[in-house]
Amino acid sequence: MWSIISVLVENKPGVLFKVTHLFRSRNYNIDSISVGVTENPEFSRMTITTSADEKQLNQIIKQLDKMIDTVEVKQLDEKKSIYRELVLMKIKITKPSDIMEITDLANAFKCNVHDVRKSSIIVEITATPDRINAFEDLVRGYGILEITRTGICALERGVGSES
Amino acid sequence: MSGARSLMVALEKEGANIVFGLPGGANLPIYDELYKSNIRHILVRHEQSASHMADGFGRVSRRPGVCFATSGPGATNIVTGIATAQADSAPMIAITGQVPTKMIGRDAFQESDIIGITNPIVKYAFQPMTPSEIPEVVKKAFYISATGRPGPVLIDIPKDVQQNEAEMTFPTEVKIRGYHPWVDPDIGKIEQAIDMLLSSERPVILAGGGVIISGAFAELQSIAELLMIPVVTTFKGKGAFPENHPLSLGPIGMHGHAEANKIMVEADCVLACGSRFSDRSVGTFEEFEKNLKIIHMDVDPAEIGKNQTTQVAVVGDLKASLRIMAKMLIQKAVKKSGENPWLKRVNETREYFRQNLKLHPHPLGAAKVLRKLREMLPAQSIVTTEVGQHQMWASLFFDVIHPGTFFSSTGLGTMGWGFPAAIGAKAAKPEVPVVDIAGEGSFNMTENSLAVSVLDDLPVIVFLLNNFSLGMVAQWQRTFYDRHMIGIDLKNCPDYVKLAESYGAQGIRAESIDEIGKAVQTALKSNIATVIDIPIDPQEDVLPFVAPGTSLKDMILPS
Repeated sequence: MWSIISVLVENKPGVLFKVTHLFRSRNYNIDSISVGVTENPEFSRMTITTSADEKQLNQIIKQLDKMIDTVEVKQLDEKKSIYRELVLMKIKITKPSDIMEITDLANAFKCNVHDVRKSSIIVEITATPDRINAFEDLVRGYGILEITRTGICALERGVGSES
Repeated sequence: MSGARSLMVALEKEGANIVFGLPGGANLPIYDELYKSNIRHILVRHEQSASHMADGFGRVSRRPGVCFATSGPGATNIVTGIATAQADSAPMIAITGQVPTKMIGRDAFQESDIIGITNPIVKYAFQPMTPSEIPEVVKKAFYISATGRPGPVLIDIPKDVQQNEAEMTFPTEVKIRGYHPWVDPDIGKIEQAIDMLLSSERPVILAGGGVIISGAFAELQSIAELLMIPVVTTFKGKGAFPENHPLSLGPIGMHGHAEANKIMVEADCVLACGSRFSDRSVGTFEEFEKNLKIIHMDVDPAEIGKNQTTQVAVVGDLKASLRIMAKMLIQKAVKKSGENPWLKRVNETREYFRQNLKLHPHPLGAAKVLRKLREMLPAQSIVTTEVGQHQMWASLFFDVIHPGTFFSSTGLGTMGWGFPAAIGAKAAKPEVPVVDIAGEGSFNMTENSLAVSVLDDLPVIVFLLNNFSLGMVAQWQRTFYDRHMIGIDLKNCPDYVKLAESYGAQGIRAESIDEIGKAVQTALKSNIATVIDIPIDPQEDVLPFVAPGTSLKDMILPS
C-alpha cells in the first residue's frame, strides 16, 4: 500500500532530521519526501510517501503527531488531493531523428525540453508518479543517462485547513 | 544578566533546589553562577550517575530531576541515563555545556553533537543560540518533561551563550502549538469499558507504570474493589497496587509471579492501565491478545494499538480516567461480591503456587533473603534495584506494600542504575529509608557513587546479593547455550566490605538470615551509607521463567 502523509511542521533547523530519524528508528520506510516553507514562514510542509500496511501507517501517523515540532499530521486521500512530482531526465541521443521523436513524446506528456545537444537532451516532466513511470517506459529505449526526482508534493482539494 | 545567571534564576523559578553534576570547561560559566545561587550541587564521580540520580529524584518526587554535564565526553556520559529515563517515562532535565557557537561544527576540543546523538532518546531537546532564549527554554523544558507522558529533556548551551549578557524576560506560562499533553478522557469509551468488564466472565486489571507516574493508586484500588477484579501488574507497575491486598497477584511477564501469569492467560478481558504491553510483560504479542478483549487506558495515544489490538481505548490522564470510571461505578451502584467462580479460581491458583512452588533450597536462597529484608523494612521505605537476577528476585519475592515505593530500570534495563537512582530518591525523600536491592555485577558499574552517598549525606542501603558472577547471563548460558560459561565470572573481587569502608561508608557481611536481619537493623539505625554484602548461591536460577519469544502459558516452573 502506498500512502501520502502531509505534515505541517515548525519551520526551524533540525525538524527534518527528527522526522526522518523517527522513520529510521521505528523501522518505517520513506519512499519519498519533499519539504518546503508554507505561505506562513513559521511553518514548513512535508509530503511523505510511504509503503506501509494500515496498522503501521496508523502508528506512523500517531508517532509523527506525538512529535512536538509537528503541528498537523494527516493522511491524504489520493482521490481528494492533487499530487505531483517533478522529474528531470537526461536522455541519450544516438541519431538526429531521436531529438524529434523524444520532443514529440515530451509534448504528448506536456513536458518541457531543455538543453538539446547532439548527444543528449533533458526533459522536465511534472505529473503523477503513474504518468512519470509511463513516460520513463516510453523513452527507456533511447537510453536514460541520468534522472532526478523531487518526490511527491501534495495538497488536499477544496478549502484548506491551514493552522 | 548573563545566560548562565538566567539559567539559575529560571531553575529556581521552576523549584529546582538540587542538581546532580560534574563541571568541565564548557559549563564553567554555569557552575560560576551555581556557586552564587541557593541551589544545592551534588558532585558525582561520573556523569552517568548524575543522570541516574536526577532520574531517581524525578521518579520519586514526580517533578523533573536536573543534571549538569560538560560538553563532549561529559555529555556522552549521560546518554545512557537519558535513554533510561526515556524508556521508563521519567521526568528529567539534562543541561549540557557546548563549545562556543562559533566553534560548533569545527570539531573543536570536547565538541560532540549531543542534540544529534540523543535525538531518538529525548522527549525534546533545546539548543539556545542566544542568551535571551534561555528563560523560555527552561520553562518549556520543565513543562514538556513533566506533563503528559513524562520524559527527559535536554538543554545544550554553548559556552558563549552562557557568558553573554542579554535583557531577560521570564515567562510565567508557555504554549507550544504542536504539544497537547492532555486530552479529556472520552466518557462514552469509559462507559463501554465498564460494560465490557461487567459482561466478561474472567476480567483482570493490568496495572502498568502509568499508575505510579500519575499516582492513581486510590482510584485503581477502588475500581478493583468495587468490581472485585484481580490485579496483576507489569514489572514497571510493581507496587501500583499493594501486593498484600487480597486481590493482588503481582507482576506478570518473563519473571512474573506464577499465579499472575496463570490468571492472565485464563482471563477473557483485561483493563490495562498505563501499560505499553512490553514484550517482557506479555511474551509474544499475537498469543497474548488471542481470546482476550483488551481495554487500554493511556495518556499517550501512540501506545494504543502499537503492540496489541485493543477493543476499547481511553486516551487521557490515567488518574482522571480511573476517577471517572470509579465515580460511574459508584453512581451505578456497582458493588460486586467476592463470591464468584472466577475469584474462587484466582484464590485457588494463588494458594496452589504459594504451597507448591519450589524455592531454592540454599540457606541464603533469594526468597528467604528478600523476605527477610521486607520483614525488616518499614512499609513506606523506597526500594530501587539494579538490573539482573536480583532485580527479578525482587519482583518475585519482595512485596511492595505501600504503593509507589518501588523503582527499577525496567524498560532499558540499565545496569548501574539502582544505586545512583537510590541516592536521587533519598534527596527527594530524605525522611524515609532508601534501599538499593543490588547484584554485584550491576553495583560495580556505579559503585563510585559511594563517595556521594557518604559525603553529601544521602545515606542509602545497598543490599547486595553477591553471586560473584553476572548471574542472569550465567542463567541464560546454563539454559540456552549448553552451559558454555563465558564472560560471567567476577570472582570475589572487590571485597565489598572493604570497598564500602574505603569510602567512609559502613560495610557489613551477612552470611545468614539472622545476620541479614541484624545488618539491616544496624543500617537503618546508623544513618550512614551501608553496603550489606550477602554471599548467595551462584547456581540459583530465577524461576518461574517465560523464555524470550514464547508466551506466558509456556512459563517454566522450578522443578
